[in-house]
Amino acid sequence: MELIGNLVLQALQMIVVLALAPGLTGFVRKVKARLTRRQGAPVLQPYRDLWRLLQKEVVLAENASWLFRVSPYMIFAATWVAAALVPTFAIGLQFSWTADLIAIVALLGSARFFLALAGMDVGTSFGGIGASREMMIGAFAEPAMLLMVFTVALVAGSTQLSNVAAYLQSDAVGIRVSLGMALVALVIVALAENARIPVDNPATHLELTMVHEAMVLEYSGRHLAMIELAAMLKLLLYMALIGAIFVPFGIHAAGDGIVGLLKGVVYFLIKLAASAVLLATFETSIAKMRVFRVPDFLGAALMLGLLGTLLLFVSRSL
Amino acid sequence: MSEAPELIWMRSRDFRIGAFPATVVTEAGWAALARRLAEGSLTLLSLWAEDGGTAMALHDPAARRVAVARVKARKGTVPSVARLHPAAQRLERAAADLTGIGLTDAPDTRPWLDHGRWQIAHPLNKGEPHPGQAPYAFLPVEGESLHQVPVGPVHAGIIEPGHFRFTAQGETVVRLEARLGYVHKGIDRLMQGADLSRGAELAGRTSGDSTVAFAWAFAQAAEAALGIAIPPRAFRLRALMAELERLANHLGDIGAICNDAAFAMMLAQTSVLREDVLRAAKSVFGHRFMRDRIVPGGVTVDLDAAGERRLRDLLSLIRDRFPRLVELYDDTASLLDRTVGTGRLDPALAARFGAGGYVGRASGRDFDARRDLRYAPYDMLRIEVPVLHDGDVNARVLVRVREVEQSCALITQILNEMPEGPLQVAPETPGEPREGLGLVEGFRGDILVWLSLDAAARITRCHMRDPSWFQWPLLEAAIEGNIIADFPLCNKSFNCSYSGPDL
Repeated sequence: MELIGNLVLQALQMIVVLALAPGLTGFVRKVKARLTRRQGAPVLQPYRDLWRLLQKEVVLAENASWLFRVSPYMIFAATWVAAALVPTFAIGLQFSWTADLIAIVALLGSARFFLALAGMDVGTSFGGIGASREMMIGAFAEPAMLLMVFTVALVAGSTQLSNVAAYLQSDAVGIRVSLGMALVALVIVALAENARIPVDNPATHLELTMVHEAMVLEYSGRHLAMIELAAMLKLLLYMALIGAIFVPFGIHAAGDGIVGLLKGVVYFLIKLAASAVLLATFETSIAKMRVFRVPDFLGAALMLGLLGTLLLFVSRSL
Repeated sequence: MSEAPELIWMRSRDFRIGAFPATVVTEAGWAALARRLAEGSLTLLSLWAEDGGTAMALHDPAARRVAVARVKARKGTVPSVARLHPAAQRLERAAADLTGIGLTDAPDTRPWLDHGRWQIAHPLNKGEPHPGQAPYAFLPVEGESLHQVPVGPVHAGIIEPGHFRFTAQGETVVRLEARLGYVHKGIDRLMQGADLSRGAELAGRTSGDSTVAFAWAFAQAAEAALGIAIPPRAFRLRALMAELERLANHLGDIGAICNDAAFAMMLAQTSVLREDVLRAAKSVFGHRFMRDRIVPGGVTVDLDAAGERRLRDLLSLIRDRFPRLVELYDDTASLLDRTVGTGRLDPALAARFGAGGYVGRASGRDFDARRDLRYAPYDMLRIEVPVLHDGDVNARVLVRVREVEQSCALITQILNEMPEGPLQVAPETPGEPREGLGLVEGFRGDILVWLSLDAAARITRCHMRDPSWFQWPLLEAAIEGNIIADFPLCNKSFNCSYSGPDL
């Protein structure tokens, strides 16, 4: 009985992230529109866009290989699993033991791998440009992410997200400099990974400046819907991750009962909304950086992650 | 090597009130003029083909005078100017496409406007059926690890069509070659045989964002050819419309440049101001872009007291809001990081190509047709021409910022001293063939119109030269050594016209 309950809860989590992701993207767009004095599309517009894309026929390039057709599903699956592992409203779920930070990084890395391959598969120049820029970004973002993970793991004594969130929720941690550094590093990585300004512009129509969009230019129909949904899930994943590690209030723990569960959901929604507003405000107030400045930007994340880790080592051994 | 021939030079106030006497030169004289252009003592204003030869308009910047030289074709060919002076290259290729004139020793004989999709070849001649055309050969590029990125002519955004062929080494642009001509509308051919009112309509439809400037340049050429004196109130109203057009375009583009660096806030704010200008134009002159408001002989709309109030309100709104936006631009370090030092245009190149407008003025070319080749009513107005020397995207933005302020000041001056009087005089038929030159400062730079009329005041040849003819090649030069991802920003800071040069 308990097992069924846990499985239901786990399934709920998987559905919640899937259902909320387009709404989150729609909300960020809405806030950005309002900040630039526009009415903006309805918050629910991404759901309609996805529905429309799913109805549309797929136009494939003549020289597209099986990889091009398979990649959208691989990307979507990897991202969905990763997003479902991050504690959103509850910890201690059925599959929590798999919710390892390093596993999440690896899942996202494999999604990136397939996306870049698919971008180059058709052989258009934009796909190649996008893939090469994406790999350059990835080469800096992934180590920075791992160092951030080590910092957190050293503090919490575990790389398992459920344990990390539970530990950081407890009173055992005070204010830690290392955690502050890790937070900044994670935010920088999140901006880069989600193709947000200042690294990439999700709303651009300029083919030559695109990174993420350049790779998916050749996609259409349900393939494009899968990739778009994966991108939306990724945004939600990072926001949930930041919430779970650095603002872990209100997350439902096993045995909190139904009230705790509802409380967890409400807190989660508030956290998402707050990070969406922060993201939109940040994006509105800054210009995109030159492509070759991106390594500097991500390099800062890398250094912060490294410093955080080193500080912990030093403070422990002394 | 022969001496440059004596030309009939005209001061700016002379050629605007009377017909323009062109000088017929020999082939040797033509070549000597090309050498003068190449060494930089003269600036090329335009070059075009006519019945039986080619002609070019020359500007002597030191003496502030203009001349038109004309050479007759021998066995259907004339000596190429582009051989010595590259700025003439595309104009010559276009001339060859339109009339089939041959160019001796031309450095580039590929077609320019003619993409092989016209029904008739050489449309300004009798119009024989088009034989079809070989595929366009882009300039070859050789070297290690180079790759080509073709962009356009259909773009992801809603902009005009143009094809850009980048050759890049990694992200760095080694060569950019643009191919234009996709929006050729056959205006030169439509002009042939048209009467003046039809001609004015066509001129106003050459480039939508510069409709006032084109119509004015055309009207100026027609009035000069016919020797019509225009009422002072009409001049003032024309300048009013021209400054409103400049204001609308500059405001929109300053925001659009920032938007290309993903700084959407600026575009949102300047778009509101641009929209205010357009709405004011709609309510005062009856058309958002003020199309068909300037005709040969005067203007078709008057300004009433309510309209004047509306324009003064508009100015105070812009004066209130615009400085804060400039401050926002100056204070956003991430934006300046993109614009400063990007897409630098060498001042020597700008001078050599005679780049007009903000492209030239941001690269140290101190020229504004409103001041240096004065025409009414600017001869009675105080005007400052901002000139910067950096030549980068930032300089072009700043020149346009200053020009917005200038336009506001000019509109105030015009409104303060608006003379009463009639708006229009009826053009008379001359009874003999006449020729006239029009030269007006549009928002992109100086627009030239050369008009040949027959005895019944019908158009035999009308050549309109958009400022972008000399700016597109400079964009190709400015992007070299920059990264591909910076091209949209550079391109937007030039904001060359597609429709105007494609004609």
